[in-house]
Amino acid sequence: MTTDATASTRSASTSEAPMTMDHPLSMDELAAVIARDIPAGAFVNLGIGRPTKIADHLPEELGVVLHTENGMLGMGPKAEGAQIDPDLTNAGKVPVTELPGAAYFHHADSFAMMRGGHLDVCVLGAYQVSEHGDLANWHTGKPDDIPAVGGAMDLAIGAKDVYVMMTLFTKSGAPKLVPQCTYPLTGIGCVSRVYTEVATFDLRPHGVHVLETYGTTLNELRSRLDVELH
Amino acid sequence: MSRTAVLESTDEAVAGIEDGSTILVGGFGLAGMPFDLIDALIRQGAKDLTIVSNNAGNGNVGLAALLAAGRVRKVLCSFPRQVDSYVFDTLYREGKIELEVVPQGNLAERMRAAGAGIGAFYCPTAVGTPLAEGKEVRTIDGRDYLLEYPIKGDYALISAHRADPIGNLAYRKTARNFGPVMATAATTTIVQVDEVVPLGGLDPEAVVTPSIYVDRIIPVKARHYTVQGAR
Repeated sequence: MTTDATASTRSASTSEAPMTMDHPLSMDELAAVIARDIPAGAFVNLGIGRPTKIADHLPEELGVVLHTENGMLGMGPKAEGAQIDPDLTNAGKVPVTELPGAAYFHHADSFAMMRGGHLDVCVLGAYQVSEHGDLANWHTGKPDDIPAVGGAMDLAIGAKDVYVMMTLFTKSGAPKLVPQCTYPLTGIGCVSRVYTEVATFDLRPHGVHVLETYGTTLNELRSRLDVELH
Repeated sequence: MSRTAVLESTDEAVAGIEDGSTILVGGFGLAGMPFDLIDALIRQGAKDLTIVSNNAGNGNVGLAALLAAGRVRKVLCSFPRQVDSYVFDTLYREGKIELEVVPQGNLAERMRAAGAGIGAFYCPTAVGTPLAEGKEVRTIDGRDYLLEYPIKGDYALISAHRADPIGNLAYRKTARNFGPVMATAATTTIVQVDEVVPLGGLDPEAVVTPSIYVDRIIPVKARHYTVQGAR
């Protein structure tokens, strides 16, 4: 994927006919696509797992400030070697670094930032997203699974924009963008955009819009999803 | 004379914790976990405890060791299941421990409310989810909220970086996490610190937890488990 291709794809995304790319995206390419949509100077929380890769694609001059729920703004890259400090980790308990201008705060303040609507964007993984923006990402609901929610429910209802980064289908081929979630919900009507390896979807009040496709077509997506696509 | 006691040993620091107590335990994973106080609590022997903490123990140390010793009846936490939470996982699957999962922000805010004398509050987190079950819903300006009650501790066991002799505290990096909130929310707050500095040795502008919230201080010379903390 070249920079030029990215730019032209993006500029077309506001029109009704989605642009296509010729191959499904790797998770790293997908991270780059999401990074491209994060506004300059935004305060952003990247969820545990795949979304943390997005940070690798945010150029310093963009001035994006990363928030981590365990009490920090201005989080830097993963710590290596002598940088590792057990008192400085991200939400996934991975040692990280601090950037100039970083700030530390306690947990109640950290979550007040979310709930109070101060975070511009958070990017989360998901088991399922409904066409109405309901999010399921904390619990499979299986009886032998131990439920663990962490900060997912607070983030889901708090950030101004909640983006989901996920594969569009499960390993067995079941769609994860669905008319109604069957997994236990994390939040209702909270997701505004879904980024997957084959397409990016905008969830709008009147329906789901396909912004871009990668190695697939709108018709193929229509045949594989039970959601009406615009 | 200060009401805050600077003690000589962690055993003194946890003396008197009764069976059946609710204990707020600081830390996010291993960062900020008061390992030495928990080890002392295991030696002290209090049982039938309710533990409020973000996680339910990692590896075999700290909270996990307290759980393994069979002292804990119930855990309130946001994220029990982790790659190295095998002690909790086993107890839970064997039905030997109760679990109440609380969204992380609610865990923090419910303790903040306890420390701030708030009777209850309406919060939008978890509306429409399984964790809303049994909670009162109130619509305010068109948005739904759940009624959440405070979580108060009999004791808080937390870790800070520096204290002065009257109990003012400063923390280090993300090890601050739940410490300042828990310090306000317990009847008795017990703090392990890396260092006690002389009175006047903390910049008043940099004090995070004021002394009014702190009851017992124990300096711990060398913190354990720092390597595991960086897993």
